[in-house]
Amino acid sequence: MIDFGYNISSDRQIDLDNSDMRIANFVRKIEPTFGTCLSCGTCTTTCSAGNFTDFNPRKLYTLIKRGQVSEVKNEIEKCMLCGKCQLLCPRGINTRHIILNIQKAIEKLEKNEI
Amino acid sequence: MKFDPFVLPFLIGLNAMFFILVYKFQNWIGRMDSADRKKLWKGFFTNKFFFSVKEIFLEGLIHRKIFRVNFFLGTMHMTLAFGWFLLIVFGTIESKLHNQKAFSAIYDPIFLKFFEHDLSGKPWSGFFAFIMDFLLLFVLVGLFLAIAKRFVKMLYGMKRSTKLKPEDKIALKALWLIFPLRLIAESITAALYGNGGFLTNHVGALLMKTFLYNTLVAFEHPFWWAYSAVLGIFFVLLPFSRYMHIPAEVWLIFMRNAGIGPNKKYDGHAVFELNACSRCGICIDTCQLNISTELNHSVPAYFLHSIKHKEVEEKKAFNCMMCGRCKEYCPVGIDTLNQRLLQRKTFITGNGLNYNYLKETPIEKADIAYFAGCMSHLTPGIIKATETIFKEAQINYTFIDKDGSVCCGRPALIAGKDKAAFKLIEYNKQLIKNSGAKILVTNCPICYKGFKEEYNLDIQVMHHTQYINLLVGSHLIHLSGLDKNVIYHDPCELGRGSHIYNEPRNILNKMSNLLSLDFEKENALCCGGSLGQFNLTPEQKEKVRKDALKEYSLQNPDMIVTACPLCKKTFTKKSDIEIKDIAEVVVQSMKISEKSAFSVEEEVFA
Repeated sequence: MIDFGYNISSDRQIDLDNSDMRIANFVRKIEPTFGTCLSCGTCTTTCSAGNFTDFNPRKLYTLIKRGQVSEVKNEIEKCMLCGKCQLLCPRGINTRHIILNIQKAIEKLEKNEI
Repeated sequence: MKFDPFVLPFLIGLNAMFFILVYKFQNWIGRMDSADRKKLWKGFFTNKFFFSVKEIFLEGLIHRKIFRVNFFLGTMHMTLAFGWFLLIVFGTIESKLHNQKAFSAIYDPIFLKFFEHDLSGKPWSGFFAFIMDFLLLFVLVGLFLAIAKRFVKMLYGMKRSTKLKPEDKIALKALWLIFPLRLIAESITAALYGNGGFLTNHVGALLMKTFLYNTLVAFEHPFWWAYSAVLGIFFVLLPFSRYMHIPAEVWLIFMRNAGIGPNKKYDGHAVFELNACSRCGICIDTCQLNISTELNHSVPAYFLHSIKHKEVEEKKAFNCMMCGRCKEYCPVGIDTLNQRLLQRKTFITGNGLNYNYLKETPIEKADIAYFAGCMSHLTPGIIKATETIFKEAQINYTFIDKDGSVCCGRPALIAGKDKAAFKLIEYNKQLIKNSGAKILVTNCPICYKGFKEEYNLDIQVMHHTQYINLLVGSHLIHLSGLDKNVIYHDPCELGRGSHIYNEPRNILNKMSNLLSLDFEKENALCCGGSLGQFNLTPEQKEKVRKDALKEYSLQNPDMIVTACPLCKKTFTKKSDIEIKDIAEVVVQSMKISEKSAFSVEEEVFA
């Protein structure tokens, strides 16, 4: 193939009707408060890990809803489990429990258990 | 040697119990690591052994900790345990004196009255006749209390007691029958041969009046058989039922005195703890989840049983605030928090957390390193107050997490994520080292406990209550009276977790009228914001918080003072009464010198 020095960019379209909801469903089943998030971003403003890197819980939530599993996997590793987000969440969501279970869901995905 | 076939059930039961116990114990000791086993040997051959004996007497037989919960509950346990123990001791002495032999059959003391019809002329016979009957009565009183407790709920202050398993039920019935059967068997023999004491002779006389002589003769043997049989059944069931707590507790006390404590992995010590739990249910009433939200499925009484039978549910392992109230009240002294943590770890499979993004940050060097902690960054008032105090006392300090904390790692640790926690610990350790400080001061009790227990720091770690107390004591800051009635809320991690009760009270007494209440110190309530819990619903957390605040508001305080940013934040959301951290109250009461007042002002507007 001739090298033109440029390429066609890969498809960045996300099909929300067919997104991979396995993590979302797994987490929601164990921690029902997951579904009550209103994406206000309070968690993100306070995040300890977010202070040092681009990690943020709201982004994580969006990625999970879109089913972008590999991105979630890279993101979730950064959480320190400090619990500030849990204390500030206006919905009282058990964010730490959700983080633990996202990690568990990813492990299960890799083993094809869910 | 005297023998009758009815002693066989007792003998078989006793031997079976002995061999099962030896088998189980050596298995569990084998699961301990070698350092602990070495300590075990030392525990036997040093003066630690005498401390063990003393504690076994006070806690295993008298059980002072149960008396603390309720007088009748304590009496019930003490009369049964201590009474039975004394019966064995005096019975043995009696039979040895009687036979004039050091070694006789093991069943001799138990069935002495059956085999020896004429006790007159034997040494001390009058004394033993009295004491043995007295002790039997003593045990029977305890038994009466125990049976009454089963039928009348709430009799001895316990709102809930545990549901029994089938093996426990049979063992319990056997235990109930042992002493009444002994009474009847001895009374019949006493009626026939007149060899009883004040109790058995009188009961015997009564039987004589009621029944024919021949009936008593016919029933003497069957009752001794029955007595021996229930003893045998109880002994065989003991290692498989809740009564395993008797030998396991004795061993646990011995291990504690030998310096063997809970470990970070599930080992022999943990198994002994599990078996030492009698499921008495005292923990059920102390658990705030039970009191406030009626969630009682994850209390230690049930949870430890599920560990023992390898049927732990993940939800229950995480459904706990780790406040430590159950641990404080456990009459056996089981480390319920460690047990739960060990189980949490089994559900955490991957430890895939990665903090490569953390880069070493340059910090100023100073004598005092001040680490506010994540939670304090949510309550800037506490940080401001602490800094004001430092400036007033002219302390040379460096604020090592000024630009946002890296978590101390303890929250990850409570979640069972050890590896992740230790990455954070390594980072913070370097930070503390770089500060060159001699004392590390933190606002957050969670961090404090983490620094104390997990960091192995070679500098002193102090919670700000301790440090302020030190400053007040050395007249570096001066407090004036605030003329306010205050309540001090003990944070779980600071109070029960780190045993710091006096320093904050000392400070508060100097500047306010500190009210005393039932729920303080070891009995303090959890605010409900705990990082130990994972899956309580927002409503359940709200209930815990509301109940704690309700308890405090009964005293009509002007202010509730705490020493934990997490408690403060949790309470502030819903309280009508003012909630303050102790550092903020100190700043209110401090006579600020002009110099530091100026510098604080400067800092605020900078």
